[in-house]
Amino acid sequence: MGLTFKDETFRGDFTFFNSPAAIRRFPFPFPEDSYMYSVNMEPHVPGRPGSVFEKTFDVDEHYVAEMRERARVLAEDPLRCQSLPHMTLAGWDLLELIMQAKAREYPDWFSLHRDGDRWHWINRPLEIEQRFTFLDETTLPCGPMEYITRQTQGDFSLQDQRNDNLWMDAGMVTTQADWSLDFDIGMNFFEWHAPVPLAHEKQIFTRALKFLMNVQHGVPARRFNWTMTIDPLLDTSPENYPKWGPSRATLTPENVGRRMHLRVELQTFFRLPRSNALAFPIRCYLIRFEELATQPKWARRLHRVIRDLPDELAAYKGFLRNKPIMVDYLAQFDDGTPTSPGWWAED
Amino acid sequence: MSGGGARIAVRVAEVTEVNALIRRIRFVRPDGGPMPAFSGGAHTVVEMDDHGTRRRNPYSLMGDPADTTGYSIAVRRDDAGRGGSLFLHRHVVPGMDMVISHPVNLFALDLRAKKHLMIAGGIGITPFLAQIAQLAALGGRFELHYATRNPALCAYGDELAARYGGRVHLYHDDAGQMIDLPALLAGQPLGTHLYVCGPKGMIRWVRSSAESAGWPRAAVHHEEFLAPPPGKVFDVTLAASGKTITVGTHQSLLEAIEAAGVDAPYLCRGGACGQCETDVLGCDGTIRHNDHWLTEAQKASGQKIMPCVSRFEGRSLVLDR
Amino acid sequence: MAGPDAFGEGIWAKKKPGAQTGAAGMTKTVFPPSIPSRPTYGVLAPRPGPAHLMIADGDGAGAVLDLVGAGDAGMAAGSHLIYLPGPDGTDRTAELAALGLARFHRAPSFAAALPRLRKVLGDAHMGVQIYLAGSEGLIGQAQREVMEAGLPHDAVQTEHRGTTVRRVQCVHCKGITENVATDPFTCGHCGLALFVRDHYSRRIAAFQGVNIDAEDPGLVPPPVEKFR
Repeated sequence: MGLTFKDETFRGDFTFFNSPAAIRRFPFPFPEDSYMYSVNMEPHVPGRPGSVFEKTFDVDEHYVAEMRERARVLAEDPLRCQSLPHMTLAGWDLLELIMQAKAREYPDWFSLHRDGDRWHWINRPLEIEQRFTFLDETTLPCGPMEYITRQTQGDFSLQDQRNDNLWMDAGMVTTQADWSLDFDIGMNFFEWHAPVPLAHEKQIFTRALKFLMNVQHGVPARRFNWTMTIDPLLDTSPENYPKWGPSRATLTPENVGRRMHLRVELQTFFRLPRSNALAFPIRCYLIRFEELATQPKWARRLHRVIRDLPDELAAYKGFLRNKPIMVDYLAQFDDGTPTSPGWWAED
Repeated sequence: MSGGGARIAVRVAEVTEVNALIRRIRFVRPDGGPMPAFSGGAHTVVEMDDHGTRRRNPYSLMGDPADTTGYSIAVRRDDAGRGGSLFLHRHVVPGMDMVISHPVNLFALDLRAKKHLMIAGGIGITPFLAQIAQLAALGGRFELHYATRNPALCAYGDELAARYGGRVHLYHDDAGQMIDLPALLAGQPLGTHLYVCGPKGMIRWVRSSAESAGWPRAAVHHEEFLAPPPGKVFDVTLAASGKTITVGTHQSLLEAIEAAGVDAPYLCRGGACGQCETDVLGCDGTIRHNDHWLTEAQKASGQKIMPCVSRFEGRSLVLDR
Repeated sequence: MAGPDAFGEGIWAKKKPGAQTGAAGMTKTVFPPSIPSRPTYGVLAPRPGPAHLMIADGDGAGAVLDLVGAGDAGMAAGSHLIYLPGPDGTDRTAELAALGLARFHRAPSFAAALPRLRKVLGDAHMGVQIYLAGSEGLIGQAQREVMEAGLPHDAVQTEHRGTTVRRVQCVHCKGITENVATDPFTCGHCGLALFVRDHYSRRIAAFQGVNIDAEDPGLVPPPVEKFR
């Protein structure tokens, strides 16, 4: 595989960074020079080789460090992983989906042997070997959703589909863009997204819900979302807001390139076969402005997107107070030349 | 998303005559590989090449959802129908290669329920067979009330009664046996969910009885696939693809769109799922809305149509398709 | 997402809820429009069903009186009312006792009413009609019990009357502060200054409170009485 898992931190001394290869494969979320909410769904089919779309569940150089960070967050606050009682079957569905995909797509790192309902799972990067009985919770150290998402990058929510809505009834949420699983669990699709400004009026969630309720087994979908984070902090939870909030007042023109990070969520959607629930993995990728500026097209475009973003959205995404510093910094990379359509830096 | 989404190439493994009206067909993968697991209440859309006519009919999956070795459906012969069930009764034989859709569930169990109360009429038993297998494996609490014309047509009744004993109640119309619905509905503990699948009249009876007995709408579930009704021949202009097509008497609008080579989304083909909802750009005449999807206001607006079951009478209809 | 600068909720700062003034005096509270997670309330109306369970506090008594008045002659015979004084002390026990319902119980607090409520729900059958009236804290906590007993949340009828004080959960320490009248307010558990959002959890039966001076510690605006 030729990939080394980095030993790095997402708190304290913040040693996280992206290797040049990781920068090149970063999922830059803006296909054009401006941004407004849209449903922007596309089929989750294998994408360009080497890109984050190549595999069903991308495993990258940050894998081991991110899983160590998740374990720390859960030790501090177990409420970040919850599953309402009727969602256990969906948890098994998710475990099966991830184990099968990883064993098939990364055979050097993961293997799964199935003998009827007796399963044998090996995760070499995390040095885990587990024999268990499928659909028997007593044979795993924790619930099936928690078990597999302690070994998979990104947050996860499991949505129960009933009464013409999706209900956020289970989740593993430790790398979130400032929303609380503990508070939001049990909400329907509109309630869960209630705090998002502008989008309800534009019927964005009505259309997104309609699309998601019809996501079929075997035909997953994906979309991007994004925000900004100061320092490579994965756990920007509301619970810990008093701890990380003060960093927003410490951004300066001198440190913005190093400390401000574009935070991209690659959201994917899978219909789960046994439970009919919808799995909603939310994978977070971080890139510091300095790293992003090594790709001229991205730097030019990000300048234009941030400069022209409505203040409501900048406020919701938590960077309104720092927007002028960010725009000034990015302006140095924007000579006004046009950018080619699409995400890819090299196109 | 195009057409009906992901499809599975299958081979007919077994054909079993269950009784005078019903035959069971079992599908497996030609390479013997596993089928996707599914949830109780799911259906698959079976594609048929009926001597040049493409038919796609939804059928509930009736097997144990955890059994991934194959899928089974039960098909009731409808001599007056459009031909799908007759094709499956007359022309399908073991060894035949066919194409079916991935499972789609529009009649899922509410797994929060403290008890599942199921009411089946006739061939409406099929989704319950899968749901009961799923609940039995999960340790869920259920009770089935199953009505048919007579014991000979009571498919799977004896097996269910033998396996689940007092949780299964059988009723035969010819013997004058009726479900005592008011008493049944009055005695259920809080947290019970009610499911009904069967003839249109039975579904209406159960739903209206539940409503007048004070049951909340969200605790009452039903599944009713409509067969596209026949009607007068009509013409439609498909604006996006620049085609004008003719819909035959026994053809659905969706089938006519597909026959013209225009890709149209669908899931259930029975007016229930909403996937084929299409914008009406022009209408000089009357849309015959036959679906369960659009609201009354949407139907009255004349701006939407569900081409899987709805038809048109009048001078001209222009669709955004 | 949770920051106090989040949009869409500032409406509370501009407009206070008020009661519709009708001939009967106190009636249903009218709240300004808000985000989709903020509960909305209707007007209690009799629905067919073999039994009627009513839970009310304070001025919710008025909604119960109107409900029973609108019901048919048999309604009282199938009704069970649990009533407690409102957060502001309003107690209309005497008027409700005079209704002649089959069962009437006056509890001093919601906590004291809970064992009885759980027993009643455990014994109930599908078809029972549930009516909640009064403060948001009472309606939310009773609705949560009904949901846990197995009824869909929207099968419950609710009507808000009287005080608009809120039950708020601190998202940081998870402690719940009852009867919050000001925004911001001080968390009764961890002492942080909290901004009161309209974001509401049915499962917790509380609004969300978020630290208002997280980014600029010490910069706490003076509390404003928004909920009375």
